[in-house]
Amino acid sequence: MKQLCSLMLLCLFVPQLAFANSKYNLRPGVTDISENVYQLHMTIFIICCVIGVIVFSVMFWALLRHRKSKGATAATFHESTKVEILWTAIPFLILIGMAVPATKTLIAMEDTSKADVTIKITGSQWKWHYEYMGHDLGFYSLLATPQGQIKNAEAKGENYLLEVDKPLVIPTGKKVRFLMTSDDVIHSWWVPDFAVKKDANPGFINEAWTKVNEAGIYRGQCAELCGQDHGFMPVVVEAKSPEEFDTWLAEQKQAMLDQADADAALLDQTLSHEELMSTGEQVYMTRCVACHQPTGLGVPGVFPAIKGSPIATGEIKDHIDIVVQGKPGTAMQAFVSQLTIKELASVVTYQRNAFGNDTGDTVQPSAIQAFIDGEEQ
Amino acid sequence: MNHMPLLRKLLLTTLAMFAFAFALVPLYDVFCDVTGLNGKPSMEQAQQSQSVDNSREVTVSFTTHAQSGAPFKVSARQQAVVVKPGEMSVVTFAAANTSDQARVMQAIPSVSPGLAAKYLHKLACFCFDQQTLQANEQQEYQLRFYVDPALPPEYEELTLSYTLFDISAKHPESLVASAR
Amino acid sequence: MSTAAATHEHHGPATGIKRWLFTTNHKDIGTLYLLFSLLMFLTGGAMAMVIRAELFQPGLQLVDPHFFNQMTTVHGLIMVFGAVMPAFTGLANWMIPMMIGAPDMALPRMNNWSFWILPFAFAILLMSLFMDGGGPAFGWTFYAPLSTTYSNDNTALFVFAIHIMGASSIMGAINVIVTIVNLRAPGMKWMKLPLFVWTWLITAFLLIAVMPVLAGAVTMVLTDKYFGTDFFNAAGGGDPVMFQHIFWFFGHPEVYIMILPAFGIISTIVPTFSRKKLFGYSSMVYATASIALLSFVVWAHHMFTTGMPLAGELFFMYSTMLISVPTGVKVFNWVATMWRGSISFEAPMMFAIAFIVLFTLGGFSGLMLAITPVDFQYHDTYFVVAHFHYVLVTGAVFSIMAAAYYWLPKWTGHMYSTTLAKWHFWMSLISVNVLFFPMHFVGLAGMPRRIPDYALQFADFNAIISIGGFAFGLSQLLFVAVVFKCIKAGEKAPAKVWDGAEGLEWQVASPAPYHTFETPPEVK
Repeated sequence: MKQLCSLMLLCLFVPQLAFANSKYNLRPGVTDISENVYQLHMTIFIICCVIGVIVFSVMFWALLRHRKSKGATAATFHESTKVEILWTAIPFLILIGMAVPATKTLIAMEDTSKADVTIKITGSQWKWHYEYMGHDLGFYSLLATPQGQIKNAEAKGENYLLEVDKPLVIPTGKKVRFLMTSDDVIHSWWVPDFAVKKDANPGFINEAWTKVNEAGIYRGQCAELCGQDHGFMPVVVEAKSPEEFDTWLAEQKQAMLDQADADAALLDQTLSHEELMSTGEQVYMTRCVACHQPTGLGVPGVFPAIKGSPIATGEIKDHIDIVVQGKPGTAMQAFVSQLTIKELASVVTYQRNAFGNDTGDTVQPSAIQAFIDGEEQ
Repeated sequence: MNHMPLLRKLLLTTLAMFAFAFALVPLYDVFCDVTGLNGKPSMEQAQQSQSVDNSREVTVSFTTHAQSGAPFKVSARQQAVVVKPGEMSVVTFAAANTSDQARVMQAIPSVSPGLAAKYLHKLACFCFDQQTLQANEQQEYQLRFYVDPALPPEYEELTLSYTLFDISAKHPESLVASAR
Repeated sequence: MSTAAATHEHHGPATGIKRWLFTTNHKDIGTLYLLFSLLMFLTGGAMAMVIRAELFQPGLQLVDPHFFNQMTTVHGLIMVFGAVMPAFTGLANWMIPMMIGAPDMALPRMNNWSFWILPFAFAILLMSLFMDGGGPAFGWTFYAPLSTTYSNDNTALFVFAIHIMGASSIMGAINVIVTIVNLRAPGMKWMKLPLFVWTWLITAFLLIAVMPVLAGAVTMVLTDKYFGTDFFNAAGGGDPVMFQHIFWFFGHPEVYIMILPAFGIISTIVPTFSRKKLFGYSSMVYATASIALLSFVVWAHHMFTTGMPLAGELFFMYSTMLISVPTGVKVFNWVATMWRGSISFEAPMMFAIAFIVLFTLGGFSGLMLAITPVDFQYHDTYFVVAHFHYVLVTGAVFSIMAAAYYWLPKWTGHMYSTTLAKWHFWMSLISVNVLFFPMHFVGLAGMPRRIPDYALQFADFNAIISIGGFAFGLSQLLFVAVVFKCIKAGEKAPAKVWDGAEGLEWQVASPAPYHTFETPPEVK
């Protein structure tokens, strides 16, 4: 028995040396919880292995020794209440042994109280929005991998499909609470290194928390099938020391003010058609392309075409309306909160002139702002 | 052998199980009310508070979220309030319809931690009814609520979240009625 | 299969297509079910090949993500409702009357009906793939609101197809229950029933308990999408998570519907080739019943990440862990049956042994998945994909292959090519592990399921998995060859094909005459 115990202990640590942080196994991660989860995973795994080895040794022994070709004749026994009770009771005891540490870890995971920072995470098709509660700061986080890499036209980068334009930033050593919700379908926010995976359900909020021990960049993905681009909405979290986090927070707030100023300045300007077209193409190729396709043809029956569409070739106001407000109950989102007015103006201009739409229209940021202000009634 | 009696029983079982699937809907609601499974607080007006527990305080924070395409902006004047269990609180929400058409809004409350949902009693809430907002109209709503003194002590922070849905398409009659 | 030899009976089968369209004979209907399920297995398999081809390398090469999602969805639906379930129903049709000494199924006309609506269900499902907007792309679990508000207009076809499949399963199940309860030969007492019959009886009860719930769930999806109800729509006071509760209330018993008959098959084959009675017959029956009962109280282990209160998570963790006890009892009983037997390794036995080892492996990963805190890491990753393919492919499908190799001589009157069968076995065994074993690793390393493209660190394993997939797919063509060669010709099979076999089905000639046990046999 003692030998068995030491063997199990050995097994517990050897795989850790061999497999930790490898691509073969769960990651111990960077939080106390994820470390606990990892240990639990290894313990259960080893127990299963031991049971498997014992049971199948017996079976293979029988297969080797009790073969007809070796002249084995069959015994006649076919029941034994004693044995039956024994092999019902022993697994039961093993299960109790597993349940105890599992329960402890679970209770610790579900305790979301006394958080230092609260972040509201909203999933939408197919991006994440992060809002720092009580700080008046929020932003979208989108896949940053270029379409060329996905379509195999360019070499794939190191963090292919696991990179975003703007990662979530959190402080290390502080309890961070996440509130999850969704804009449309169910998503699931997952960072393996934190052992946090929680569904974002439309109309409801869910809670999870983490306390990251080491600064660094941690990557995960959406884990619940959420439609076409489910595979293309990664999660990237940057953990910074509390001081750096505070600096970052201040910078972000300043940047938001600057953006507001820039928007205000734009209202008096008239941008050139060419400038709007080139910005518009960039925006289109990152924000619109997943559904409406690089050709502007959409996906028949699923996502409408831009090319020759009645909206993109009809009234400018209707076009601005659908881009700004979205279309409820479809994947077409309200981009007013996701893009600047310059980007909105550019993408509308682009869609009205690309793909052979050739309306010749130029939509200025001021027109967008006017629409938002509701002056165009 | 007459198979009819058994066949009849089995067919009835099948029908009963089909009905049971639909019975799961109200059962689920009852189950959630009792256990707080999905964090959904009651949508009906609560009774007045009977007593106040002065020995502790609970932080209630508010957050709102307009569903994609729903042209509403709603925000609490205070991001969070600290209350004593049983004590009545009033929080004002500023709401706006940002579109140039009349819209019907339905706010759906959700509480986290989910188990605390049944301890949050609302006496007045804009979520009880659908709200019709005229084009670019601004409105103020009062949320009157208290936290049940029976709230287990481990819950010190509650979050009340409202998701705002645009249900104009399903309720055109509200728009017509309000236009008159 | 060929029953031409049955003409000495007072009335034989009709000829041509009419025989198959209007047949009420349990053997004909069993054959139809089995051939249909083979066709569906190959169709669903072809979709798996598309999935694996796309995942062979990172990047999008062959299909767009929308089509990829349709493939994963329809692959799942076809394999569950088109391949595994009809195969078991086919086996039930063929074997249950012969095993209990009944002349036919109790409700033969309903039997015809329950088969012939199936091809229409799958035709509808498959046709939707070619329509504008494509077929269902929301996963076989069709979680709302992805399947309601955010799905395309062809969802009605999906709902209709599921309704027909459900009706077919329910009719099949009712038939099985009535047959077993009313038509047992004199002396065939409950505790003398062959285990395959017992497991199917319990399965049939599970089917009539949960298939109507699935019908209810798809009906709610239909009305939510087209008729303005708000069962799963938060805006109208519904709850999308409720969909998952209802779905998995069906879904978890469904998993056991797909494995309990497999237990029955293995419990039939292992004693035959160990030449020893099954160890612990009564504990096998009780274990099956307790697994079936427990399956109703574990559903929410599929939804730990939806945000349940702690008490709920603990309850579903414990109840799920508990299922491993009766399942363990079964494995131990099989091993004890082999112990000190006189074992030989014919094709059915080889599949049965592979089943025991690989199904248990799937059971272990199931136990790991039951542990809630760790499930947060495993949930919706390839670890789950590995788990359920181990229990369903090397579990359910291997048991069906074992059954086919076990009873094929009885059905056709010919012995099949044992050499080809062994080739089929070894190629399947090796390729299936190359296919599914590395999925554990990519899952643990963090690859989510249902994605058409993945990060670079998963590339090596995915290439290996795809190669295993293609090899496994090709190996199944061998199975098709064995079956059709055996139908056409082969060495004449005796009535008792296997020397260690027991049961009434071996008392009739091979091939089994068109009508058997018209006067019930006496069981001692």
